[in-house]
Amino acid sequence: MPTQKTIAATGNTVVAEAMRQCAPDMMAAYPITPQTTIVEEFAGFVAKGRVHTEYITVESEHSAMSACVGASAAGARVMTATSSQGLALMWEELHIASGMRLPIVMANANRALSAPINIHCDHSDIMGARDTGWITLFAETAQEAYDNTIMAIRIAEHPDVLLPTMSCLDGFITTHSIDRVCIMDDETVTGFVGQYTPKNALLDIENPVTHGAFAGLGGPFFEFKKSQREAIERSRAVIKDVGAEFSELSGRPFGMVETWGMEDADVAIVVIGSTAGNVRHVARQMRESGIKAGVVKIRCFRPFPYAELAAALSGVKAVAVMDRAESFGAEGGPLFLEVRSALYDATERIPVIDYIYGLGGSDVRLELIETVLNDLSEIAAGAQAPTGLVYLGSR
Amino acid sequence: MANLKELTHREDRLEGGHRLCAGCGASVAVRQVLLGAGVEPVVVGCATGCLEVSTTIYPYSSWKTPFIHNAFENSAATISGVEAAFKGLKAAGKIPADKKIKFVAFGGDGGTYDIGLQSLSGAMERGHDMVYVCYDNGAYMNTGIQRSSATPKGAWATTSQVGAAQQGKQQRRKDLTQIMAAHNIPYVAQASISHWKDLTTKAEKAFAVEGPAFLNVFAPCPRGWRIPFDTTVEIAKSAVQTGYWPLYEVEDGVWRQTVKVMNRKPVVEFLKPQGRFKHLFASGNEALLEEIQADVDLQWDRLQARFSCS
Ligand SMILES: Cc1ncc(C[n+]2csc(CCOP(=O)(O)OP(=O)(O)O)c2C)c(N)n1
Ligand code: SF4
Ligand SMILES: [Mg+2]
Repeated sequence: MPTQKTIAATGNTVVAEAMRQCAPDMMAAYPITPQTTIVEEFAGFVAKGRVHTEYITVESEHSAMSACVGASAAGARVMTATSSQGLALMWEELHIASGMRLPIVMANANRALSAPINIHCDHSDIMGARDTGWITLFAETAQEAYDNTIMAIRIAEHPDVLLPTMSCLDGFITTHSIDRVCIMDDETVTGFVGQYTPKNALLDIENPVTHGAFAGLGGPFFEFKKSQREAIERSRAVIKDVGAEFSELSGRPFGMVETWGMEDADVAIVVIGSTAGNVRHVARQMRESGIKAGVVKIRCFRPFPYAELAAALSGVKAVAVMDRAESFGAEGGPLFLEVRSALYDATERIPVIDYIYGLGGSDVRLELIETVLNDLSEIAAGAQAPTGLVYLGSR
Repeated sequence: MANLKELTHREDRLEGGHRLCAGCGASVAVRQVLLGAGVEPVVVGCATGCLEVSTTIYPYSSWKTPFIHNAFENSAATISGVEAAFKGLKAAGKIPADKKIKFVAFGGDGGTYDIGLQSLSGAMERGHDMVYVCYDNGAYMNTGIQRSSATPKGAWATTSQVGAAQQGKQQRRKDLTQIMAAHNIPYVAQASISHWKDLTTKAEKAFAVEGPAFLNVFAPCPRGWRIPFDTTVEIAKSAVQTGYWPLYEVEDGVWRQTVKVMNRKPVVEFLKPQGRFKHLFASGNEALLEEIQADVDLQWDRLQARFSCS
């Protein structure tokens, strides 16, 4: 295994470090809390001459993604980062990046969307972008944010995929907390990500191509969309392969779904992002008082790992889904809708309860997670499951 | 600067057979601008609008040079990204350091004066080595002749209609060329498809400067202006001769009139042939016509003052 260096750093610092190691040819970015230190630290690499990247400080996130689209179509390896309102402002361009099959890699510092304005963590920004055609990876820790960012390049640029990919980390909790992180050396990362060989590059002057053509009524628009679906379906195998190869290098496991205690669990919590650590901690404690609790963490949200999730949950008697975003008017949050869908084909009907938590950075204390597991254990023993979603920790 | 004979020997990078209306000023503007790029390769960007939809109907393309359409408001940001990629790939040694490519972004007046103004301003301020060309036909033509901030006062448009309560567009147009001059970029010019020599010369200069350049090109739309399709060039000439569309350039901060107008004609000569101004000639609208003339005079005098003091 190649040598790694253990450092104490924030999630944003190691995402910036991963980006430097991936050596993008172009970056266009706009600052927004809590993503800011990623683009600041990258600007530091530029100032010190540590990257060859052409770094452009655009006047908005819309222009950031627009310029990334231009640069990626030109044939460059392109990276950027944003958060919340910035991601929302990019919305139009997110669809264009995936529709044009451009392997742009972006970090997102997960943050609530206005109104009211709030700068803290939840997943409403990223869940709002879940149908934009981007492959979406989530990190629990700074380490995972670092690892995901490097893997994202390989996944996005894979010839079977060619789709933009997001590496998401929880605002402040992961972006700003100092954590212990293993960093690979530059040569290892360079070797792992390899060189990007673009298809149909605009800068291939001898072979002129038209990007972004009009495919109106009677045109092949429908077929283009089908091919996008096929690409993201193909990405499932690529994500697994890239994850396995990376695990071998790093010694750290990777799965689209990662489980804890699921071998014999009666009840389970499905969770995304930084809360997973606390959930595991409480589950471990509850096991001492006889509740056989397990935890399922979703590390890849798009494509969604339906089969893996259904397999992980088979045999449990009750499931809680922790949703850090709303889907107003739906039966539950975005993760709940996916989990229920994944379980539809299960032979046993498993009660699934949605817990909306942590909106706008509101605290998720251990006692709250304890109440979830207590609820689940009562439901597993035959108590009536609550109808509708449960707000966890709202006043 | 190239003469007519030289220009005729240059390759046309916008192929015929596209679906723009007969007499459309946009394709004339594009071809004249691209002639000005000389023999070096050019990457073209284009905002959503008539030019883009009519030249790239999949699986066909009229562009014999690399082309990208991204969206409506971001032609400048997109080409700035392509230019940045070119620099980054050179820095990485993936493109030879001496390789030369020109970058040009096109946008209609809607995509430039209105929704794309921020993206344009940002790209110009950042100093990318690119040319931005607005083909100004004075309305959102692609979506059915809605008013833009380039639409002249008094003009009929589908969102500035004519009726008992209102005589066309209520507001005067925005002066985008001067806004771009205020960015203090190396080269800004206002041109018209009716003055091909002036326009191709300006395009040559715009492509030659290092850093950003902006061209605002008057490009009539017979469909939206309600004029016969064989009068495009004539009406553009009349805009110049009446002082409605002065031809000038701002080169490194020096303002210079490039086509002198000796006996400036009354603006009605520009307005009268156009169906979109028909109501202005009905009785009762004399004051409005006078106001339009007074405004052209005022803007003209102010501009002359800029020429004389530089
Ligand atoms: C964000 C966005 N808003 C609105 C539109 C609809 N739209 C497409 S082209 C266009 C008008 C284009 O006008 P202009 O830039 O003047 O170009 P023209 O068609 O006149 O050549 C509009 C409003 C769009 N495509 N995208
Ligand atoms: S509507 Fe006007 S701008 Fe559009 S193609 Fe026709 S003439 Fe050209
Ligand atoms: Mg227009």
